[in-house]
Amino acid sequence: MKHVDEYRDGELARGIARRITAEAQPERDYRFMEFCGGHTHAISRYGVEDLLPENIRMIHGPGCPVCVLPMGRIDDAIKLAARPEVTLCTYADLMRVPASGGTSLMKAKADGADIRMVYSTLDAIAIAEKEPDREVVFFAIGFETTTPPTALAIRLAQKKRLRNFSIFCNHVITPAAMQAILETNEGVAIEGFVGPAHVSTVIGMSPYRRFATDYHKPVVIAGFEPLDVIQAVLMLVRQINEGRSDIENQYRRAVTETGNGRAIDEMAEIFELRESFEWRGLGEIPRSALRLREKYAQFDAEQRFGVVTSPARDNPACECGAILRGAKRPQDCKLFGTACTPETPMGSCMVSSEGSCAAHWAYGRFRQLERRKAS
Amino acid sequence: MCLAIPARVVELLPDEMARVSLDGVSKIISTALVDDLAIGDYVVLHVGYALTKIDEVEALATLELLREAAALGAAS
Ligand code: SF4
Repeated sequence: MKHVDEYRDGELARGIARRITAEAQPERDYRFMEFCGGHTHAISRYGVEDLLPENIRMIHGPGCPVCVLPMGRIDDAIKLAARPEVTLCTYADLMRVPASGGTSLMKAKADGADIRMVYSTLDAIAIAEKEPDREVVFFAIGFETTTPPTALAIRLAQKKRLRNFSIFCNHVITPAAMQAILETNEGVAIEGFVGPAHVSTVIGMSPYRRFATDYHKPVVIAGFEPLDVIQAVLMLVRQINEGRSDIENQYRRAVTETGNGRAIDEMAEIFELRESFEWRGLGEIPRSALRLREKYAQFDAEQRFGVVTSPARDNPACECGAILRGAKRPQDCKLFGTACTPETPMGSCMVSSEGSCAAHWAYGRFRQLERRKAS
Repeated sequence: MCLAIPARVVELLPDEMARVSLDGVSKIISTALVDDLAIGDYVVLHVGYALTKIDEVEALATLELLREAAALGAAS
């Protein structure tokens, strides 16, 4: 496929990796966090870490919206779906995320709740139009990539005068989470970030400036293909070697300095910041999530159905929290590969294919085995 | 979940919609977030919406940089 295959060339990858090895100073360690699950997936799938020298370590970040959504909000969605008048529309990724008491949206659906998987907010709107007697609630989740499509759905619902459409808003903000990671820190030293690909097509480069100026951390925005990630690592190594902390753009083919103005305006029109929002693994982060503005209150499922989120405790053995902060790796979790597999996920990181545990399950563990055999 | 894929615009439709081709598979998507699309353009497609246009000139420049870095690597 054009704009994909060119960035998966193994020969080029090995060449750039050799360049990285030549430029990385052997006496120092480089620790970079790839914020996005999309990068984590590419790194595992294409074995990017195996190409890098020992002293460059990639730390997987919390950039998967399914992984960071706290259990209490999944419980809320299940409660909404249990109302007889409600049809809950959700992206498929959320179906298998464990909720309290070993349940999930998938189990709730099997038990008779009207839960439908949709590919797009437009599908949810179409259901609301076709079934005016149902209360159609869209389970809105995602970073700044998925937020503009939710905003446009609300616009469309307003235009079509739909009275039976609302959204359960769980949209979160990327730079706020990156900042929280730098501030919680827990001994996880991060020297630079591989910055989000598709989030940045929307928000552009400027929201990351403060990481360079206030925290002196370089950020290289990179595409999700393996060569994109490897090139970003080279760019980060060069910045560190030169003592620079700049915001650089590897993903120039899709990301501009100012981002997508139309998408930014749509988001600003419909949403406002919440004072605080809970993230799985990171706790409450101030000004890190969105809710509907008062003038769109009629489309807000939280107000319409009086949703009150109660805190829920994750399975105490699950290490998702530490993994999402970059403090632990999937193989450090006792449940990995035994009680917890993609068929029987105990934590959110094993559900979405961009979750660290799922990525390690699908690709990383085989490589680990091979390395052990080889040594 | 934030994954998105490049798709080629094959037909512009009313109401800010378009038909795109994904490796030969045809799909109808919303283009309400992207201005000035033409047939043949590539867009980044995410949950049924085009998020942005892919800039062909920048794509070629990136590939050039990748090749240069790889060539330097081969020489080192
Ligand atoms: S392996 Fe499963 S239980 Fe362990 S951290 Fe990952 S998702 Fe949680």
